[in-house]
Amino acid sequence: MWEFLTDFPAIGRRELAEMKKAIDEAFKGFSRTYGEGLENFFDPLLKFLVWFEKLLIATPWPIILVIVGGLAWLGSRSWKITAGAVLAFIVIGIFDMWEDTMATLAIISVATFLCILIGIPIGILMSRSDRMQALITPVLDVMQTIPSFVYLIPVVMLLGIGKVPGLLAVLIYAIPPIVRLTNLGIRLVDTEVLEAADAFGASSRQKLFGVQVPLALPNIFAGVNQTIMMALSMVVIASMIGVKGLGVPVLRAISNQYLALGLMNGLAIVALAIIFDRISQSYGKRLQAYRGQGHD
Amino acid sequence: MTEPKIRIKNLYKIFGDHPEKVLPFVRDEGMGKDELLDKHNHVLGVNNVSLDIMEKQIQVVMGLSGSGKSTLIRHINRLIEPTGGEITVDGADVLAMNDAQLRDLRRFKMSMVFQKFALLPHRTIRENVGYGLEVQGVAEAEIAERTQHWIDRVGLTGYEEHYPGHLSGGMQQRVGLARGLATDADILLMDEAFSALDPLIRFDMQSILLELQAELHKTIVFITHDLDEALRLGDDIAILRDGAMVQQGDAQDIVLKPADDYIRDFIKDINRAKVIRLRALAAPLAEGAAPPDGLPTLPASTVLEEAMLTMSDAPDQTVLVERKDGTLAGTATLTQAIQALHG
Repeated sequence: MWEFLTDFPAIGRRELAEMKKAIDEAFKGFSRTYGEGLENFFDPLLKFLVWFEKLLIATPWPIILVIVGGLAWLGSRSWKITAGAVLAFIVIGIFDMWEDTMATLAIISVATFLCILIGIPIGILMSRSDRMQALITPVLDVMQTIPSFVYLIPVVMLLGIGKVPGLLAVLIYAIPPIVRLTNLGIRLVDTEVLEAADAFGASSRQKLFGVQVPLALPNIFAGVNQTIMMALSMVVIASMIGVKGLGVPVLRAISNQYLALGLMNGLAIVALAIIFDRISQSYGKRLQAYRGQGHD
Repeated sequence: MTEPKIRIKNLYKIFGDHPEKVLPFVRDEGMGKDELLDKHNHVLGVNNVSLDIMEKQIQVVMGLSGSGKSTLIRHINRLIEPTGGEITVDGADVLAMNDAQLRDLRRFKMSMVFQKFALLPHRTIRENVGYGLEVQGVAEAEIAERTQHWIDRVGLTGYEEHYPGHLSGGMQQRVGLARGLATDADILLMDEAFSALDPLIRFDMQSILLELQAELHKTIVFITHDLDEALRLGDDIAILRDGAMVQQGDAQDIVLKPADDYIRDFIKDINRAKVIRLRALAAPLAEGAAPPDGLPTLPASTVLEEAMLTMSDAPDQTVLVERKDGTLAGTATLTQAIQALHG
């Protein structure tokens, strides 16, 4: 009797083993049947990723510096941020991390772009109905909290090692903030303004694209910023399944206890994160310029 | 009698989880607002209101906060669905309209001005004023032209590219007014449109509205809690309390014949000399009698404040009162005027 209370009455060891085996087998079967199809489906994405990475690496470094500076200026309109961004890239180049940085830049850019492309419509969908929100929120919670290694297993089983599975891993981790903040931003739009749009006979489409999305933009942009940060934080894990970039030397440094190598590449990731963050934040602030220093 | 532009008939609005279930208590048993809230936990917003609004008039709906006036006005363009009753605009049943018909009603037939302006903060003044036209699908060049016209009319020339957040409250509401007028809708719904403004600016805005109305002849439904504003603007005034209509009439009816203590309380502080017109005093001449000679003639619409000096100088302190159409309404004396001022 005491034994019953101290040992939780679990399923028998053999039944459990069989259950796990059955699930594994089923997934392996699924993988054998559809794995190739999925790979073909993602093939254009892979080709684009490879092409983009090669383009970044092949472009002469002065041109990249000019582009980085130009984008920083367009986004932030601040000399400080622009100069900081260019300087950071110069230091990265001097310490011979240029190629890895370009590879990381390629996957981060593509991941961010895809997150925006997929995340904003999902966020809009979520904002349209409370039921949708109740349905999607727990999925986002799982995506953000489940240890990355756990979903790496099925991704690798399906697609093997490579850029695409790495990209998927980054997407799963980085997409929730933009979905959440798009939803939040739209839901926070002033009801009085919406009532005015209604009173003038705006259709729900006119309301969405003419009022709700524009007014939600600052929040949506905060989501983009978060998404970029989270994508960058996945660089090392993605490198475990074959994504090139700054994560690879970090991984090597961990297994061989190379302190300096790890530190350098780690700091390069931090530098990228700070640059992206500052540029996208100041761009987000400029989106709200109309709020101004208003009267009451 | 001509058809009313807007007809509201036996309108009820109850807020709560099951409004249609408790509607019979109110409609058939005459349950009041407090009892409904106590016993059934539902809020009575509008209680059996019927109101015919005539074309080209300013219909004021007045009441204190919580009297249901803002709820009532939102039924006219169905921003709020009624629990029971009928609403027609130009004879068309608003409650029977589907989504597309309702959108057209809101786009072409009526526009609205809001208490807190409700401008689109991310759009410039020009884009705000043109919003209704944009929703209608009017071509860009035409929007620009018509928008400019109304920006000029409300005195905002030069502010076209500013954002609402950079303007003062009075200027923002000019934008709101221009936005409402730009669609050329017959009906303008104004929900406490000037209540958020300082007294001086409020007076200015009332003047602008009266000036525009003298020229445009729109049908305006104007909600306010301010009696002075109601008396100044309203061709007809409806007073609500706890969602029910207490009295309806023109300014004089309200001031001279208040329906109950609630309204008497309302009107006790107003300047009656500015409201009461000679029309209310005119005593008809005896059948066939010729009007006395040598008396000055004043139009029936003269308010007492303006008439009294002429009256005191006139022989017998009596004036002749003439209707708009030139016929004689009768005579009025200074004594009558003084009595009228004291109620």
